[in-house]
Amino acid sequence: MNLLILVISYLKAKPLNTLLNIILLALGIAVITILLLFNHQLREKISDNTKGIDLVVGAKGSPLQLILCNVFHIDFPTGNINLKEAERLAKHRLVKNAIPLALGDSYQNFRIVGTNPSYADLYQAELATGVWWSADLEVVLGAATAELLKLEVGDTFESAHGLSKEGHAHEENPFVVRGVLKKTNSVIDNLILTNVSSIWKVHAEHDSIEMVSKIISDTSVLVPTHEAGDSTKEITSLLIKYRNPIAAIQLPRYINTFTSMQAASPAFEAARLFSILGVGVEALTGFAYVLILISALSIFIALYNSLKERQYDLAIMRAMGASRTKLLIATQLEGVTLTVLGSLIGLALGHIVLYAFTLLVAESQKTGLSAFVFYKEELYLFIGSLVLGMLCSLIPSFQAYRTNIHKVLAGS
Amino acid sequence: MIKTQSLSYSYNTSKEIHFADLAIQDNTQFLLLGESGSGKTTLLHLLGGLLSSQKGSIEVNGTDLTKLSEAELDRFRGKQYGFIFQRNHLIQALTVEKNLLLAPFLAGLKQDSNRIDEVLEQLGIADKKYSKIQELSLGQAQRVAIARAVLNKPAIILADEPTSALDDKNCERVSELLLTVAKQNQATLVIATHDQRLKSKITNLIQL
Repeated sequence: MNLLILVISYLKAKPLNTLLNIILLALGIAVITILLLFNHQLREKISDNTKGIDLVVGAKGSPLQLILCNVFHIDFPTGNINLKEAERLAKHRLVKNAIPLALGDSYQNFRIVGTNPSYADLYQAELATGVWWSADLEVVLGAATAELLKLEVGDTFESAHGLSKEGHAHEENPFVVRGVLKKTNSVIDNLILTNVSSIWKVHAEHDSIEMVSKIISDTSVLVPTHEAGDSTKEITSLLIKYRNPIAAIQLPRYINTFTSMQAASPAFEAARLFSILGVGVEALTGFAYVLILISALSIFIALYNSLKERQYDLAIMRAMGASRTKLLIATQLEGVTLTVLGSLIGLALGHIVLYAFTLLVAESQKTGLSAFVFYKEELYLFIGSLVLGMLCSLIPSFQAYRTNIHKVLAGS
Repeated sequence: MIKTQSLSYSYNTSKEIHFADLAIQDNTQFLLLGESGSGKTTLLHLLGGLLSSQKGSIEVNGTDLTKLSEAELDRFRGKQYGFIFQRNHLIQALTVEKNLLLAPFLAGLKQDSNRIDEVLEQLGIADKKYSKIQELSLGQAQRVAIARAVLNKPAIILADEPTSALDDKNCERVSELLLTVAKQNQATLVIATHDQRLKSKITNLIQL
């Protein structure tokens, strides 16, 4: 016999009450846990994916769309920019590094990105197997792409126009897989990388093929296989790394004012996106706290009522030698046991729900959300629920402390 | 050995109950006989250390209860006394065994399962060890309450109206039981009651 057995026996004696209190609290904690996991991982993903990209330059349109499309690869391009103009910008003195992106095609919902190998360097993506492309229509796959499409080095596939499976197929120009990247937990895992000219080739009309055989004297800084200053070719965007902090002030203004292109900062747009999402997150968090508040109230009422029913139990325990403090601790323990159970179940439930979500929703696998990540905030939630249990049982435990043996047992 | 000297208690300023000096020997049985409101429960609670702030002194086995701090009194109660009340006041949430284990636990004594078997055997309810309190008959529940009172081998058993709600047959049985277990466990038995039927069983009377 000890206090914990006593407390658990009391809780078991009222199973429905106990269950209700635990479920209420568990639901509140679970909602907060899910939001926490979502929010944290989303922020981590965003900062991982925007690392090394100070500015995205593309066709005019929505800056948020430009970022979503060219950094996170979840929206459609705003349009194309002229290669000649992009080259001029890439040579600007404030630009340290510029990576071209040519988008437009996909295979089985996985986006094909025409770029150069320094795009992979942004995400520290190294080859797991195979080699980098050396010719047009050769591709390197992201780790998740290779896994989900079950493609290996040497396999071929035909791309489709647009981002959906149903897009117009480019049957005459099949791609061949040359390499597969290691997993990086960033957006590159879900991409198919190739060179920019492959994208042009797939989209080129039959009559323009003769251009390829021309001898190139001055090659483009963005597309090494192509001639510099070609104003007939287009790409989707440029990912820019600043040379120095002054660039952050001057470069976006220069681009937006003096060119036909648009510049958008991933950090700024991500923050804007979060402030839009924030309203929903806050509403849900508020709802979760209301649940927790109700559960706290419910625990308090349950303890308060059962203390009244148990006044004889308390008096007899005092008569049997229990000190006031022992009864106070027992009552505190009862409240704390409820909240600790509730929060543990809630935390587990949060992770389980997220796990089920990643299993059931295919799109969430692409985002790389994981249910098996733990944050220190969860420890704070646990400690908070401990304190909550003590607060709920504060008044009841004081009642227990004040039990007057004589008055109760003399039975007036 | 229980000794009191010029003991009195007042619930409020107007009414003060004075108690005659007592001297109760070890291993004896006493009846505190008196009508309702005569202060027998008050006296029993004073003797049992359940009620303090009285005038006078109460000496139990060489210890003056009035000089003990509350915590010391709690410990003293747990080790020296067994209490039996008119209603059994068992803890419904616990089994018979756990109810009994509560006695040594709260008194800070060793929890001995053999002792539980022994006492349940003495009271003839050994088969009820793992029963829930709700499953017991009234008579069985009272036996469990008696078992709980004697479990720690207390020097003194105080009983408050243990028989007044019972019919003649059960009154006879419970009083026999109390006397037997008190003797078996070498405890002094003090019964506060207005039940005249007990007079035939216990000859030492304290009339209030």
